[in-house]
Amino acid sequence: MKKVLSGNEAVALGVFESGVRFASAYPGTPSTEILENYARYDGVYAEWAPNEKVALEVAVGASMAGIRVLSTLKHVGLNVAADPFMTLAYTGVHGGFLLICADDPGMHSSQNEQDNRTYARFAQVPMFEPSDSQESRDMVAEAYAISEKYDTPSMLRMTTRVSHSKGIVEYNPQEPEKIPSKGFKRDKKKNVMIPAYARLRHPKVLQRVEGLTQYAETTALNRIEKGDTAIGIITSGISYQYVKEIMPHASVLKLGLTFPLSEKLIKQFADTVDRLFVVEELEPYLEDQIKAMGIKVEGKKYFSALDELSPDRIASGFKEAGVYDQELVVPIEQPIGTDMPRPPLMCAGCTHRGLFYAMNKLKGIVHGDIGCYTLSVLPPLESIDTTLCMGASISMAHGTAKAMEIMDEDNKPPVFAVIGDSTFFHSGITGLLDVVYNNSNVNVCILDNRTTAMTGAQQNPGTGKTLQMADTAVVDIEALVTALGCKRVREVDPFDLKGTIAILKEEAAFNGPSVIMTKKPCVQLLKGVPHELYAVEIETCIGCEMCQKLGCPAISQGDIIPSPNTKKIKRHSIIDPTLCTGCSLCEQVCKPGAINIVK
Amino acid sequence: MENSIVNIIIVGTGGQGVILASEIICDIALECGFDTKKSEIHGMAQRGGMVSSHVRYGKQVSSPIMIKGTADILLSFELAEAARWIPYLKKEGRVVTSTQKIVPPIVSTGIAKYPEHVNDVLNEHSSNPIMVDALSIATELGNPRLVNTILLGIISNMLDLPEDSWRSVVSRRVPPKFKDLNMKAFDKGRLIS
Repeated sequence: MKKVLSGNEAVALGVFESGVRFASAYPGTPSTEILENYARYDGVYAEWAPNEKVALEVAVGASMAGIRVLSTLKHVGLNVAADPFMTLAYTGVHGGFLLICADDPGMHSSQNEQDNRTYARFAQVPMFEPSDSQESRDMVAEAYAISEKYDTPSMLRMTTRVSHSKGIVEYNPQEPEKIPSKGFKRDKKKNVMIPAYARLRHPKVLQRVEGLTQYAETTALNRIEKGDTAIGIITSGISYQYVKEIMPHASVLKLGLTFPLSEKLIKQFADTVDRLFVVEELEPYLEDQIKAMGIKVEGKKYFSALDELSPDRIASGFKEAGVYDQELVVPIEQPIGTDMPRPPLMCAGCTHRGLFYAMNKLKGIVHGDIGCYTLSVLPPLESIDTTLCMGASISMAHGTAKAMEIMDEDNKPPVFAVIGDSTFFHSGITGLLDVVYNNSNVNVCILDNRTTAMTGAQQNPGTGKTLQMADTAVVDIEALVTALGCKRVREVDPFDLKGTIAILKEEAAFNGPSVIMTKKPCVQLLKGVPHELYAVEIETCIGCEMCQKLGCPAISQGDIIPSPNTKKIKRHSIIDPTLCTGCSLCEQVCKPGAINIVK
Repeated sequence: MENSIVNIIIVGTGGQGVILASEIICDIALECGFDTKKSEIHGMAQRGGMVSSHVRYGKQVSSPIMIKGTADILLSFELAEAARWIPYLKKEGRVVTSTQKIVPPIVSTGIAKYPEHVNDVLNEHSSNPIMVDALSIATELGNPRLVNTILLGIISNMLDLPEDSWRSVVSRRVPPKFKDLNMKAFDKGRLIS
């Protein structure tokens, strides 16, 4: 059977076919669809955990109970899960363990473009790198077999272009392997990592890498594709596909296993070619290791560590190296005036807009977090001052407030942290605990929109549903915050600007920790629900542009308002009825009263 | 050419149907026995950003993305986006665009300008660009969502994939109750050249 599948769909298929019945993960672009697809198969258990560290530990526990397990995350998610991951490399596994990590070269939807191949080397665990959808599916079975054979977690690294590209996958639909549970096996010296026992495990890690290095020499995942011997190219992942497109006649060493590397295989390949290149995205991960083997190789000199690679960049890199004999395609130059920016925006009717509009009135220091609300940094709202990583808003706000407090600065601006529900559950709770425990003057805004919106509306501990749509407990944020010791907890309606501004002012004036919550559901969850519509009364609109300052995609500028003053041209506003959700914010900011309900 | 690959770039803004259109072409290529790959970036597109999808088919396709300047067809769901992506078009490539304008708020607030000369740009860089008010045609047929199928109907004339495959894949990929309406929209598109 042949199907067009994305890398994420294909890898989920491979996991299902490998008889895996247990998965735990936290969503993150570009990895999210792996678990979403896997969760739809019959007879599997898949859950969203509150964060990647929890998810990985859950998977470890399940593996210890004797079954095959899966955990997935995006590159920065492994930073969160690095603690259990690094020591899991010592304990090894019981049931087969696969960690799928999706990197985001080019930062299409991420805060950095770290290269997680480094993690495999850091932890000394085998790493598989598929280059298309077919390989994404095929490598999974091998990754589980190796995990079990060598008593190690296996890591499989995708990148955005592998995860989100689609290609043909050929497979025979069949029932998945039925693998009985091995049961929990008590083995304290293997699983209790006190120093005395961990010292026994570390040598086993090194022995394992020796065994895996031999595997790297012989596995079909690493293959030499003989071609013109003038040039040899070592490559892996999506870069392999670009190389095949641009340099179809070159000799290629295609690495499907990129940790550990086989020096023997690489030397053998290097000896057959006149000039050796490495083509890899991001860090000189392969290049550095090959150079350390004493092999002459060129790479980053022609293929920069910045951004994702592309066939264009491969062609110009080889041209610069003097080995690409075709003419480079000269594309049409970008015609002048056609590169209008089209930045992403908070949706019309977004529950975050009113809060940021209100917060701007207080002129405070605003620490932002990871989620849709990060978009409030863009014009016209420009509300947040920082974004670092998941959960950092609250801890950073605490640091800022404390620093100003101990330096006894005059006219201290209020300090805000802004964080969404899912991000708060992920890693904001501990930050708030610090705010309360060490008592700082921080106003924490928890924007609870009842979903994990940024990654496409996943369930979380606040929604009352699991990934597989079972009903479950709903965390009570107010009770949670109160239990942490926070005495001031207020709820605001972000669609009531006056009320929101008033409450923010009161909390900013109060010296000590306070929590301000919004609890309106994400507008994307309400699609199809009947609503009111607003429209601009052209005769009344004076073109003051107050409504434009909301940054609502439904509001734009219309025709020029006739006026004797020709120096300042004013246009009246218009509201797109197909986008308006009736949130009423524009009506509230319109001083002449030109915006009214029409339906 | 030993391995000639057809390159189609489909562009627009979030929610317009760019991704569905690209998936339909991939499925048709697969049905016709070609190797096919597609790639798009859609991280933030749902929030009004732009979407571009590369679709490729041929005897063997390695890279899921094409080289700039090699697209046989540039299909755009939005007028300004057609001009933005013109550098992807190859010399004798064809352009099909819906004339619908989706003006971002960054324009209404005066920070940026919506390109006013898109027709000239398209005429300068391609021969016989098709600029069609697909939204009005779709609305007349009874549903604005039919834009997608009308545009596919237009480019079906430009590709060497059999009409039957287009019809069977489009019918399969649209909601069953809209199947007949989509076939009408496809016919409308095929008449536009």
